[in-house]
Amino acid sequence: MTEAGTTAGEAKKVRPIVPYLKLPEKEGEEAVLVGVRCKACGKAFLGERLVCPACTAINQFEPVTFSRTGELYAYTIVHQSAPGIPVPYISAIIDLPEGVSVRANIVDVEPRPENLKFGMKVEMVTRKVREDSEGNDVIAFFFRPVEG
Amino acid sequence: MREVAVIGVGMIRFGRYDKSVWELARDAILEALQDAGVEFKKVEALYSGNMYRTNLSGQQILQQIGLTGIPVVNVVNACATGSTAVREAYLAVAMGLHDIVVAVGSEQMGKMGLLGADAARREESVEGILGSGLMPAIFSTAGVEHMRKYGTTIEQFAKVSVKNHKYGYYNPRSQYRVLLSLEDVLNSRMISYPNTLYMCCPTGDGAAAVVLAPMSRAREFTSKPVKIAASVLTTDPYTDRVFALPDPNTMTRNAAKLAYEQAGVGPEDLDLVELHDCFATAEILHYENLGLCPEGEGGRLIDEGETEIDGRIPVNISGGLLSLGHPIGATGVSKICECVWQLRGEAQTPDRQVPDCKVALAHTIGLASGGACTIHILVR
Repeated sequence: MTEAGTTAGEAKKVRPIVPYLKLPEKEGEEAVLVGVRCKACGKAFLGERLVCPACTAINQFEPVTFSRTGELYAYTIVHQSAPGIPVPYISAIIDLPEGVSVRANIVDVEPRPENLKFGMKVEMVTRKVREDSEGNDVIAFFFRPVEG
Repeated sequence: MREVAVIGVGMIRFGRYDKSVWELARDAILEALQDAGVEFKKVEALYSGNMYRTNLSGQQILQQIGLTGIPVVNVVNACATGSTAVREAYLAVAMGLHDIVVAVGSEQMGKMGLLGADAARREESVEGILGSGLMPAIFSTAGVEHMRKYGTTIEQFAKVSVKNHKYGYYNPRSQYRVLLSLEDVLNSRMISYPNTLYMCCPTGDGAAAVVLAPMSRAREFTSKPVKIAASVLTTDPYTDRVFALPDPNTMTRNAAKLAYEQAGVGPEDLDLVELHDCFATAEILHYENLGLCPEGEGGRLIDEGETEIDGRIPVNISGGLLSLGHPIGATGVSKICECVWQLRGEAQTPDRQVPDCKVALAHTIGLASGGACTIHILVR
């Protein structure tokens, strides 16, 4: 039996950068964003909740696995940030088809406005961003333009 | 509810000071008390807004101006901290709890730089990995959303900075008194597209204070009382992208609707608007949020000069946050001070006195992972 968050054949543990990123647990699985949908009002949220912030219904949620592809809603290109954060980069708002929006970096494209079309299709990818203090690989999600 | 009047205002020039923040607050309060002709012993309660030195801020200020033992309420509400303190003071007078009260906003940011940058450096931070939650990114993305919806251009956003710096140049209380051309603004370095350096407000030190009293007693103190015709506070309600992109728009729209109802005026009745231009993009959004123009016409409003001092609805004739500065806790109070000076015809230089100013609106928002919005409508 492999431990949760570990892929077969690797001793090193991996962990997601945020709880709503679910990493693959076995061969053939893909990383996904997970959350809940309120059965009372239909609104979806990343991560877990007890009370619906949209309609105040208590504990009427069902789990949702969000699509790995979405559309670019809006963005900015960050040229100045805190020391140590590489710039420039694209900070984007991605609409996912299940009715939730997520903030993420768009990668694999030069950070220039002409490369970013409103409504363009983007897909999620995951990459190691650092090691935590226990030596685990920390995995984050990003979006990149879908070819074609 | 009783009618409430502003009977005194005071504000130090925003900038960077070697004095303590409590001394800055003292100076603003002493000016406001002198303006009102009230000695501090007559003040019945103090409402103190300060974001970075929250605990017992008002008591620290009392140590500078008199330990009279009065009740103090310390307030924090992000960039709406100072205006929330004014609202608390207003409510106390309106409800008959007190007669003479002071609201003060103060902040000392020094050369703090980009807000939130310290937190962004922590190991567990997601800043720069899962997009950016820092202020420039939030208000820049909101600007890009407006570009998407209405075709607003970077030049239109940049014109806001040109305009506000022009009026700030004539305001002796302004932190950055510099005239900028459109080229200066567009060619300054990009901070977060589409906002360049001059389209982002500075950090700084500052303090501002108001003295309030019931309108029935206002003429004991001043021949020019200014009535607070509306005082509204809202927070960000649920909107579909609110957890990904904090929403400065809906809470401002909700507050504006309530404020216009409370004051019995509409946007067409306003002679001056002091709105929260933390970034140039924000000012265009708030033109529409406050109903100064129809949906999608914010860009046209700045293009046609309608928000200039001689335009249909002058906006940010103080210089706005972009030029006047934005020492967080002080900002919301300073906007109310500016409205009062304009309503009294006492703008410090003739180049920035709005002619025949009768109705003014002061708007402040705080936004991060949550939001607060205040609107005050002031009438002479």
